[in-house]
Amino acid sequence: MITLEGITKSYGRFTAVDDVSFTAQPGRVTGFLGPNGAGKSTSMRIMVGLTHADRGTATIGGHRYADIPNPARHVGVLLDASAQHAGRTGREVLALSALTMGLPQSRVDTMLETVGLNETEARRRVRNYSLGMRQRLGIANALMADPSVLILDEPANGLDPAGIHWMRSLLRGYAERGGTVLLSSHLLHEVEMIADEMVLIGRGRIVARGTKAELLQAHGSFARAEHPEKLAAALAEAGIRTTPSGYGGGVRAECDPVDIGRAAAAAGVVLTELRPDDGAGLEELFLQLTADDARETVTATTTLEGDQA
Amino acid sequence: MSATSYAGQLDISTTPRPPMSRLVQVEVRKMVDTRAGMWLIITIAAVTVLASTIFGLAGHDQDRTFYNFMQFAGAPQGFLLPVLGILLVTAEWSQRTAMVTFTLEPHRGRVLAAKVYAALLLGLAALVIAVGVALVATVLFGGTDPWRGLGTVDFLKFAILQFTGILQGLAFGLLFLNSAFAIVLYFVLPTAFSILFNTVPALKDSAPWIDFGTAQQPLGNVGNLTGEEWTQLAVTAMIWVILPFVAGLWRMLRAEVK
Repeated sequence: MITLEGITKSYGRFTAVDDVSFTAQPGRVTGFLGPNGAGKSTSMRIMVGLTHADRGTATIGGHRYADIPNPARHVGVLLDASAQHAGRTGREVLALSALTMGLPQSRVDTMLETVGLNETEARRRVRNYSLGMRQRLGIANALMADPSVLILDEPANGLDPAGIHWMRSLLRGYAERGGTVLLSSHLLHEVEMIADEMVLIGRGRIVARGTKAELLQAHGSFARAEHPEKLAAALAEAGIRTTPSGYGGGVRAECDPVDIGRAAAAAGVVLTELRPDDGAGLEELFLQLTADDARETVTATTTLEGDQA
Repeated sequence: MSATSYAGQLDISTTPRPPMSRLVQVEVRKMVDTRAGMWLIITIAAVTVLASTIFGLAGHDQDRTFYNFMQFAGAPQGFLLPVLGILLVTAEWSQRTAMVTFTLEPHRGRVLAAKVYAALLLGLAALVIAVGVALVATVLFGGTDPWRGLGTVDFLKFAILQFTGILQGLAFGLLFLNSAFAIVLYFVLPTAFSILFNTVPALKDSAPWIDFGTAQQPLGNVGNLTGEEWTQLAVTAMIWVILPFVAGLWRMLRAEVK
């Protein structure tokens, strides 16, 4: 179990991680989701003590990472697949880790096989590895001691679809055996496919968390009208707050479809689409939740303005 | 999978921390398992042999003593071993392997201690090689009475010279955490100081108390050092080795690893 309580880290005036608290439970895959620069990597570095937090505590299985003797035996960590000596062979990278952890060198072969690096690839130097191969090597390194907790920063980055599929079943299997898995990503569909629980972060703050089902619940309606500006006016009149969604002037609102239908009918607005918002997956939720905190504003806004012009 | 109780508590009683001997073994291996490291060591060995051979063939008869052969074998080592010390620390940052190293052993002080032991072990190996090469060279090329004036203190002086060089390299590596920067400053800074202190008349008297190079000169001469010379050596080592090492240690322990 990974527990973060009130973790805060600032660089000068910039607050990279702002009062972050959450738990990653055993037996579950927890997805740590957020746009680039949201504070995911900093939070993960704080969990393993590579970065010191200004405030708050981070524990793994009840202990500070630094207090766990031979921590790699319990906690598998992959923070940056590119952080390997370019002049070492893949096999040597794993051999050094096995040696440090006190594991037999036979474990290196097992791990190479597990992540699908063949003997020729293992003998090549890391500088000649593709990002996907580095990720596999990094995952092999993290899984080496069969730890009960996994902390993986963007593990699917650079993997091909088959690789992502492989990793998904690997991590599922881990969680099913009782392991705690925390993985970060800036790509929603990756996390959506793998994670049971999600923690959404934007500009250093947790903006939402829960299971996939919980996050998808109570999500109102989606509507599109012949004349978007008339619909906007009608909904404003009825006191329904909306947010632009999708293309062609669609809107979302936190209410039942029937409320939108009534407001549209009262104003004589012709609707071309009206449905409960089951969401095009979590994509919209992700964009919404992080919109205020993201670097770019959601493109839908621009589309709406374009339509009105 | 390691044991986790229902409450998600980790049972850490079954995994003792990696013993220092294993960490040292890892650090020694890291010095030789890359092309850069391997070539640096091959170069050191080759230059050691080469320097002794050239001196053996070109040196004057009365100069071709065991003592001088040892000096000649040791000179290129004194130049290159500190670079090995620098790289041992800085490669972790420039290649960003510190992220892995410090997650495997979060106690950075222990990792550094392992690096110091590893560097000294390698220095010891180099020392043995230098003495061996000097022995062979003396037998092959030795002039008249090549063993004259040799004492135990000469080996001690030689060892001090080599080991302080390695430690100074480690210290500079720690201080700058950047290979290029540390290597350049390691060579430029002491040389600049030596020139400054040996050319400016007002500074000349204080040179052996401040300039490491000046204080180290007696180590290259035959015979024991005077009490004052030993003190000067200790004082300058404090300035050029211990001080940067402590500052570098402080920096490394606090640095954010990314």
